[in-house]
Amino acid sequence: MSYPKGTIIRNSTPARLNHWLTAACFVLLTLSGLSMFHPLLFWLSSLFGGGQWTRAIHPWIGVVLFVSYCGLIVQYFRDNIWRREDLEWLRAINKVIVNKEEGVPEIGRLNAGQKFVFWSMALLVPALLLTGLVIWEYYFGRATSIETQRIALLLHSMMAIAAILVWIVHVYAAIWVRGSMRSMTQGYVTAGWAWRHHRKWFRDLVETDSPGPRPITNERGRK
Amino acid sequence: MSNLQSQDYIRISATTVTPPAARSWEDQVAKLIDVTRCIGCKACQAACMEWNNLRDEVGFFEGTYDNPLDLDPHTWTLMRFTEYENPKGDLEWLIRKDGCMHCEDPGCLNACPAPGAIVQYANGIVDFISENCIGCGYCVKGCPFNIPRISQADHKSYKCTLCSDRVAASLEPACVKACPTGAIMFGSKKDMTDWAGERVIDLKSRGFENAGLYDPPGVDGTHVMYVLHHADKPSIYAGLPDQPKISSTVEFWKGLLKPLALGSIAFGVVAGFVHWITAGPNEVQPEDEAEANHLLASKGRPTADPSRSIAEETP
Ligand code: HEM
Ligand code: SF4
Ligand code: SF4
Repeated sequence: MSYPKGTIIRNSTPARLNHWLTAACFVLLTLSGLSMFHPLLFWLSSLFGGGQWTRAIHPWIGVVLFVSYCGLIVQYFRDNIWRREDLEWLRAINKVIVNKEEGVPEIGRLNAGQKFVFWSMALLVPALLLTGLVIWEYYFGRATSIETQRIALLLHSMMAIAAILVWIVHVYAAIWVRGSMRSMTQGYVTAGWAWRHHRKWFRDLVETDSPGPRPITNERGRK
Repeated sequence: MSNLQSQDYIRISATTVTPPAARSWEDQVAKLIDVTRCIGCKACQAACMEWNNLRDEVGFFEGTYDNPLDLDPHTWTLMRFTEYENPKGDLEWLIRKDGCMHCEDPGCLNACPAPGAIVQYANGIVDFISENCIGCGYCVKGCPFNIPRISQADHKSYKCTLCSDRVAASLEPACVKACPTGAIMFGSKKDMTDWAGERVIDLKSRGFENAGLYDPPGVDGTHVMYVLHHADKPSIYAGLPDQPKISSTVEFWKGLLKPLALGSIAFGVVAGFVHWITAGPNEVQPEDEAEANHLLASKGRPTADPSRSIAEETP
């Protein structure tokens, strides 16, 4: 991938492929899962070739999602570690939400909202896998007691709803903040975008003469 | 069973509209299993296999009379034997015919996500319509009696149909027909309840002071009922639940959670839309690009060509 002159690389090609595999799995899981969750949405199962196919394929997509999300965790967890400025940023959330940038503290590669999405999913996806395995009738229908399965099924559907809500926040943020979509499709942002939204990250990149997405660290552990 | 619709539905799984309800002049039926008269001959089990064309694989002898050991997609009814020592120290051989109880408030039907995979007829019989079943196993979690079994071969759920096909043609269920002692009776729920009352009086007069009818109110009664010598402790009959009811976990999952979940998803989407038309998009300003380019240039890094604004074409 070649990037236009003067732009900043925000997401590497492997990270973007990994992201879209995760996204595809998540959307398919949401559609197939919701079709089994509410009678009003059962028609969604037609998208998968009917109820039997929906039931059969959903857990397998879930397994792919889990593996795929693990890849995202490996690639993004360092930039999602909680920092002091995140709290200050959260205090200024009322400004952020109405697009006022003055007085909002400078932040690194990811802001508190993005970190919230990341860690929520880092919790929910493995928990969905675990409860999903318990209610996977074909392989594990007899592995646990029926009472355990009842609880797992309730937890699975509640956590799925939570994950879908987090996902709505995530998708809306990508639509709202112009230029973020391109950072996940073509991988780059303009310098102005980096300056406006992640100034600390931008300064670190410039200081270490890094094209992005991360500052260059030398052997002495400088940024 | 298949969907002949020779009888009328009063309940249909995973349906938000009212099932056809015009033809409502139908008697509620019940099968009465008089455990006190059962001799454990398994004629009913054989009759069930024969009428429904079911042949389970030959299993293994495990030192009990239970054969096969459990219900299965090919075994819809099963005699369960218990050697019970009563308080007087005498041995009682309790033999219970296990199978679907045809609950008036069926947990399996409440839990099922597939429209029309489980139905309840106006006469009370709960039937699985295999062509609509998706094999998810939710009915197993919904049932308080541990009855449905999912086939590993065709991913469909199976259980006793109460011979809905025979009943629709005014025949009694096959097990009823086969029983040599009259321990299994079939008729209207009222007649069966009355008959059970007579049996209970008789049993009490013969020293079984706790004899009674098992028609558990927790599931609004059942269309398969037992006469028990020890109705005060059903669980001694191979784990018959003392107070069966649909699990509160299942009730919450299929009750409050459904509207709550759809409501909160809808709220999320609407909130996003309202934000979009009130606050609007967050766009990079020319000042941002200028400041950023200034910093880049100060480090001798290339900057974007100002005549070609990348920011403008941002999707
Ligand atoms: C991570 C691995 C996952 C596994 C192994 C898994 C497995 C399962 C299984 C076995 C079922 C029962 C139906 C069937 O057999 O297909 C189910 C239902 C469901 N799943 Fe998943 N799933 C996973 C992830 C997800 C995700 C990420 C979502 C959505 C965000 C989701 C949403 C649902 C929903 C809504 C249901 C229906 C629950 C209900 O009927 O109340 N699942 N899942
Ligand atoms: S006993 Fe179980 S399978 Fe039979 S009607 Fe009741 S809930 Fe359904
Ligand atoms: S397995 Fe049970 S709950 Fe699932 S669709 Fe079939 S009958 Fe309904």
